[in-house]
Amino acid sequence: MILEIYSFSSLTEAIDTALNNSMAPWLATLTELVIIGIVFLSFYALLGLFLVYLERKVCAVMQNRIGPNRVGKWGLLQTIADLIKLLMKELIPIKNADQFLFNLAPYIVIAASFMAMAALPFAKGLQAIDLNVGLFYIMAVSSLGVVGILIAGWSSNSKYSLVGAMRSGAQIISYELSVGLSLLSIVIFTGSLQLSDIVASQADGWWIFKGHIPAFFAFVIYLVAGTAEINRGPFDLAEAESELTAGFHTEYSGIKFAFFFLAEYINMFIVAAVAATVFFGGWMPFHIGNWQGFNAVMDYIPSIVWFFGKTFFIIYLIMWFKWTFPRLRIDQLLTLEWKYLLPLNLINTVIIAFIVLMGWYF
Amino acid sequence: MSKDVVTNIILRDDEDYIINMGPQHPSTHGVLRLEVCLNGETVKYVVPHIGYIHRGIEKMCEYDTYKQIIHLTDRMDYLSAHMNNEAVSLLVENALGIEVPERVKYIRAALNELNRIASHHLWWSAFGMDLGALTTFFYGLRDREKILDIFDESFGSRLLHSFVTPGGLMHDVHPNFRKNILEFVKYFRKKLPEYKKLLTDNIIFQNRTKGIGVMSKETAIAFGVTGPSGRGSGFSCDVRKIAPYGIYDQLEFNEVLYSNGDSFDRYMVRMDEMVESMNLLEQIVDKMPEGTEFTAKMKPIVKLPEGEYFQRVETARGELDVFVVSDGKKHPYRMRFRSPNFSNMFTLNILGRGLKIADLVAISGSLDLVIPDIDR
Repeated sequence: MILEIYSFSSLTEAIDTALNNSMAPWLATLTELVIIGIVFLSFYALLGLFLVYLERKVCAVMQNRIGPNRVGKWGLLQTIADLIKLLMKELIPIKNADQFLFNLAPYIVIAASFMAMAALPFAKGLQAIDLNVGLFYIMAVSSLGVVGILIAGWSSNSKYSLVGAMRSGAQIISYELSVGLSLLSIVIFTGSLQLSDIVASQADGWWIFKGHIPAFFAFVIYLVAGTAEINRGPFDLAEAESELTAGFHTEYSGIKFAFFFLAEYINMFIVAAVAATVFFGGWMPFHIGNWQGFNAVMDYIPSIVWFFGKTFFIIYLIMWFKWTFPRLRIDQLLTLEWKYLLPLNLINTVIIAFIVLMGWYF
Repeated sequence: MSKDVVTNIILRDDEDYIINMGPQHPSTHGVLRLEVCLNGETVKYVVPHIGYIHRGIEKMCEYDTYKQIIHLTDRMDYLSAHMNNEAVSLLVENALGIEVPERVKYIRAALNELNRIASHHLWWSAFGMDLGALTTFFYGLRDREKILDIFDESFGSRLLHSFVTPGGLMHDVHPNFRKNILEFVKYFRKKLPEYKKLLTDNIIFQNRTKGIGVMSKETAIAFGVTGPSGRGSGFSCDVRKIAPYGIYDQLEFNEVLYSNGDSFDRYMVRMDEMVESMNLLEQIVDKMPEGTEFTAKMKPIVKLPEGEYFQRVETARGELDVFVVSDGKKHPYRMRFRSPNFSNMFTLNILGRGLKIADLVAISGSLDLVIPDIDR
C-alpha cells in the first residue's frame, strides 16, 4: 500500500473543512465545484499541449529526426506557440453548411472527452467523483464523441468530410463492443464497476499478472480496440490524409480545428488511463509476492507518479503503432473486429468467468 | 484487342456521387485530377483529367537547339533527369554518327543507375505514405540524400542536373565519384533490409497490396504499360535488355519479372531493381576506364541531317521514346516524347474499378506516377 504521506485525501479534506467553516454549506459546495472545474480545465489544456509535444518527439525518434527544438528549451514551448497561432487564425464560415451544427460539433467532441476525465482516479485520494458505475460512465461518455464527429462530417457539406464521418461512425460503433467486453472481463474479477474498488483490488498484484493469460489477452484486445476507438493510426481511417485529405475536420479552421485535435489527444490519454487503471493497477505500486524490501522501496514512489508512469507507457505504445504501421482499409478494419476480435473476446470472457467460478486466480 | 480494353468504357450518370481527387490532393503526387465515382466506399469508375501542368515542352523544343533541349527534358520526369537527358543525347549522337568516349558511356550508365535508385527511394517513401505508414518517408529520403550528395559534388545540382549532353557530359565528374559510389553501395546494402522490416514484411501492408489492382499481361501490353509496373505483370519490357544502348550490352544484370501483376508485385519489382542497380554500379565502377576525357568533339551548334530519328531509353518509370523530324536546321522541325507515365496512368480505371477508395490510392502509388511527365 502506498505511504499515507503521499495521499491527497488530507489536502482535499483540509480544503473542504476550511471552506465549510468559513461559509454556508451550499456556497462551499459551489466553490468546490468551481475549483475542481478550474483545475480540470487547466490540467486538460496543459495535458493536451504536452501530448502533442510528446507525439512530435516520439514521432521524431521513430523517424530518425530531432523534432521540435527551436521554441523554448528542447522545443517545449512549440505547442504553445502553435496554440496561439490557432487561436488567432480566422474561423472560415463555410457556404451552404449547416451553421448551427457546424459550430456545435467541436463542442460535443471536446465535452465528451472532458466528461470522461472526471471519473479517473489520478492518485490516492485524487478523484473528482467516485461513481459506483465509474467504468461504465467513462465508456458511455467517451463514446458520445462520435456524435460530434458525425455532426461535423454531415454539416460541413463536403464529400470528404461525409465519407470520413461515416467511416468513423462505423468504426467506433464496432470497436466499442470489444472495448466493453475486454474491460468486462476484468470487472468479472473485481465484481465492481467502481474505479476505486478496481484499484483497491490490485493492491497485492495487478490484474494483468493475477488474471493469467486471459487477462493479458484482454489487455491486447483492449489496446487494439481502444486505438481504433480514438481514430488513431493504424486505424485513422476517419482522417486518412492520403485518401480524404483530413476526413471529418477538413472544413474546420482555427480554434475549432484545435478542439478536434485536442479532443483526439485527450481521448488517447483516457484510453491509456483506463487501461492503466484496470489492467496495471492504477496508482498502485508494483509489488512482487513476499519480497518485503522490494515492496517497501516501491511504496516510496508517490502514487501520482505510478499512475502517470503507467499511462504514458501505454500512450507510448499507442504512438509507436501509429508511426510504424500502414493504415488498414475500411473493410479490413470491420473484418478484424466482427470476425476476429469479437468472437475471441467472447470466448475469453467465458474463460475468465470460468476461472473466477473455480477460484483459479491469486 | 484485350477484353479489358473493350470494357474500359465509362458510362456517366447524373445520379453519380463524384469525388474529385486533386488537382490539390495529398495522394496524387502532383496536379493530377481523378474524377472518382463512388458507391459508398466502392469505386465505380475513375476518370483521370490531365493538363494542369502542361508547359508545352514539345512545342518549346521546336525553337531550341539540341543542346538547349536537354534542359527542357529534365523538367519532364524530374526524378529520372539523367535518363531523359540521355535519350536526347543518344538520339543526336546516333543521328550524326558520333562515337562518344568509352569512359563517358560508363559514367552515363553509373548516373542512370544512381538516378534509378534515387527515384525508387522517393517512390518507396511516397508509397508508404499513401498507405498511411508515415515513417517510410524519412527512411527513404535519408538514403536518397546520399545519392543526391554524389550528384551535388559532381555537378552542383541535386534534382535537375542537365549534365548529359549530346557528345558526352557537361564537364568531368568529381575525382571522388568512384569512391563515393562504392561507399554508397556498401551503405545501402546494409540499409535495404530495414525497408523489408519496416514495410515489406508488415502484415497490414501485405493485406493492403496483395491481390489488389491486378493488371494482366494483356492489359499491360494493350495499354503500353512499361517499366517496373509492366514487369510486375510479367511483361518483359526492359529497354536496357531488349534494345541495349550505351554500355548496357556489356554489363551483367537480370531483368526483374514478377507474374501476379498486383500492387505487391509492382512493389517487389522496384525493390529488386534497387539490388540489380547496385550490382550494376559495382560492375560499372570496376570496369570504368581511367582518364579525364568527358566529351567527343562536337560543334557548338548541332544540325541534324534531314530525316526522322528515334531513340528509346529505360527511365525509372518505363520506356521513354523520343521521335524527331529534322529539316536540317539547328532546331528540330517536330519533336515528340512518348512518356511512360502517360500510358501507366490510364490503367487506373481498369485496376481501381470495384475496389475501395483506399485501394485506388494504393494503386496509384504502386504505378509510381510523376505528373509533369504526363503533361509535358
